[in-house]
Amino acid sequence: MNVIVCIKQVPDTEAPIRIRAGGGIDETGLNLVMNYYDEHATEAALRLREQFGGTVTVVAVGPERTREALRQALAMGADEATLLRDPALDAADHLQVARALAAFIRSRTPDAVICGKLSTDDNAAVVGAALAELLDLPQATAIAKLELDAGAGHATVHRELEGALEILEVPLPALFTVERSLNEPRYPSLPGIMKAKRKEIAVLDLAALGLSANELGPAGATLTGLATPPGRTAGIQVNGADPDAAVEAIVTFLGDRAKVL
Amino acid sequence: MAQGALPEVWVLVAHREGSVRKITYELLGTARGLAGEGRVVAVLLGGGVEDPARIFGQRGADEVMVIDDPRLTQYTTEGYAAALAALASEHTPALLLIGSTAQGRDLAPRLAARLGAAIVTDCQTLALEGGELVATRPMYTRKAIGTVRLAQGRPWIAVVLPAVFPVPEESDRSVEVREASLPAEVRIRTRVVETRAIERETVPLTEADVIVSGGRGLRGPENFALLDALARALEAAVGSSRPPVDSGWVPHDYEIGQTGKTVSPQVYIACGISGAPQHLAGMSGSKFIVAINKDPNAPIFQLADLGVVGDLFEILPRLTEAVKKRKAAG
Repeated sequence: MNVIVCIKQVPDTEAPIRIRAGGGIDETGLNLVMNYYDEHATEAALRLREQFGGTVTVVAVGPERTREALRQALAMGADEATLLRDPALDAADHLQVARALAAFIRSRTPDAVICGKLSTDDNAAVVGAALAELLDLPQATAIAKLELDAGAGHATVHRELEGALEILEVPLPALFTVERSLNEPRYPSLPGIMKAKRKEIAVLDLAALGLSANELGPAGATLTGLATPPGRTAGIQVNGADPDAAVEAIVTFLGDRAKVL
Repeated sequence: MAQGALPEVWVLVAHREGSVRKITYELLGTARGLAGEGRVVAVLLGGGVEDPARIFGQRGADEVMVIDDPRLTQYTTEGYAAALAALASEHTPALLLIGSTAQGRDLAPRLAARLGAAIVTDCQTLALEGGELVATRPMYTRKAIGTVRLAQGRPWIAVVLPAVFPVPEESDRSVEVREASLPAEVRIRTRVVETRAIERETVPLTEADVIVSGGRGLRGPENFALLDALARALEAAVGSSRPPVDSGWVPHDYEIGQTGKTVSPQVYIACGISGAPQHLAGMSGSKFIVAINKDPNAPIFQLADLGVVGDLFEILPRLTEAVKKRKAAG
C-alpha cells in the first residue's frame, strides 16, 4: 500500500494575524506549522502502512520554509518527502497547485492519495477534489472513517452530510480528504525526530516535474486584498446572580432585538 | 462599484430525498443580483423534487434545467460532475453558484478542474467589477477577510456560504422547465452504500436560524439535555465548542469552530463557552450572539451582544420555560 500525503504549511491557528499594508500577512515572528488536517492525513497514511505495509510519501507546494512541515511529517514516520518549489508557484491559485501536485503524483503509482479536508490559512478546500479530477481518481472528501479492504481493492468511508451520515465504497486507487474525527495524530517520537533530521527532502521545480507554464495554466483566481474583519463589540452585559432577571433580559433580547421570538 | 451584469447565471439546486435546501433559494437571490436582466437558471440534477417550475420560479429563476436520470438519484461526485460539465459546455453560463454544503464542497473543485474554471469558495459577498467577479471570504480562522477576483477561466464557479444571503421574496411565477440528458457514458466509481439520517438534527446546524451551543461549562454529557430542551422550545439546532467533542460528550458533527462547522445564524446562544479563537472562527459571523458564562472575564463576552454572567444551570431551565410561555402566548 503506497500512499502519498499532500501537506501544507500554515500559520498556527492560535496566532494573531497581522495584515501587511501592501497585502498578504506579516510572517515576522509568526509560528508556522503543518496544517492541522494534514496531520490527520499523515496519520491515516501511517496507519495504512502499519496495516498493509508499503510506503508513505509526503509532498508539499510552498517556499523554502515549508521544509519544516515536511520534516514534521517525516518525524511522525513518513518515509520520504518532496518539496515542489518554483517561483511560478508563489502566487499560484488552487488549481495550479493541484496541477503541480498531480504532475508529481503521476510519476508514482500510489494506491491512495490523502489530503486534509482544507487548510486553515485560506480555508478553501479546493486542492483535494481538484487533484482527484486531474489524476482521474475516484474521491471521497471530508471522511470521518476509513476502512480499507486491500483484497477487494476498495475502501469504505464515512462522510458527514448535513443531518446525515453517508457511507461510500470507493475503489482503489482513490483520493481521500480527511476530517479531524478520523483519527488522533501521533506525536513525533524522539527517535523519529532524530531520524527525520537525517533524511533528505527532495526539491523539484516545475521543469523537474516536466510541467510547462502552459500546462500549469493561468491563475484564474487571484487574492487581491486582505482586511481585518469588522470587529464585534461587547453589547449589553447582565449580572445573572438573579436568574429570573437574567431570563427576562434574554427573552426580551430574543424577541425585540433578534426577532426570533 | 458594480458594473454591468452577467448574461446567464446558474444555480445548482441542493436537494436530498425530495426536499430542497434553503441555500438554493439564497443562491437564486444572489444570482438575480448578478444577472440583472440576464437569465437565472436553476439546475436540478436527479428527480424527486415536486413542482420545480413553481418553487424555483417563485424565487427568481427564469428557467429550470432538469436532468432526471436514475444515475443522479443519489449524489455522487462523478455523476454530478459529468452532468454539469456536459451542460456547461453546451450552454456556456458565465457563472455557476454552488452552496457550501458537504456535497457542494465535494463537487465544485472537481468540476472546476474538469472545466479549467476559476473557482472561489466560502463566498460571503459577490459582486461584478470591471468584468471580473469579486468575492470576499473569511480566511485565517476568520481573522481576515480576503478579496478574491476571478477573471479568466469561465464559467466561474463560486461556492457560497449558507445563511449569508437572504432568501428572496416569493413571487407568483412559474417558469419553463427544460429537460436535458446525461451523457450515455458516465463513469461513477464510488458506490453509495447507505445514507443514514441523523435523527436529532431536525434543522441542520448550518441552516438553523437559532443555535444553542454548549461548551466545557456544561460539565458533562447529561447536561446537553438542558440545551436540547431549550432548542426544542426555540426550534433551534444544538451545537458545541470543541471540548465537549474531545471529551466524547457529543459527536463530532456537533462541533462549531475551526475544526468543525462554520455557522451564521440569526442568533447564537453560547452556554458555558469561554470563546477560544478556534471556536470564534466558526460562529463570529452570527447576526446576534448571546453568551451565558459564569466567568465575567470569558473572551466570549467581548463579542456577545447580550452577555449574561451567571450560572447556566440556574438560567437554562428557567429560560426554556419562559420561551415556551412566550411562544404559547403567541
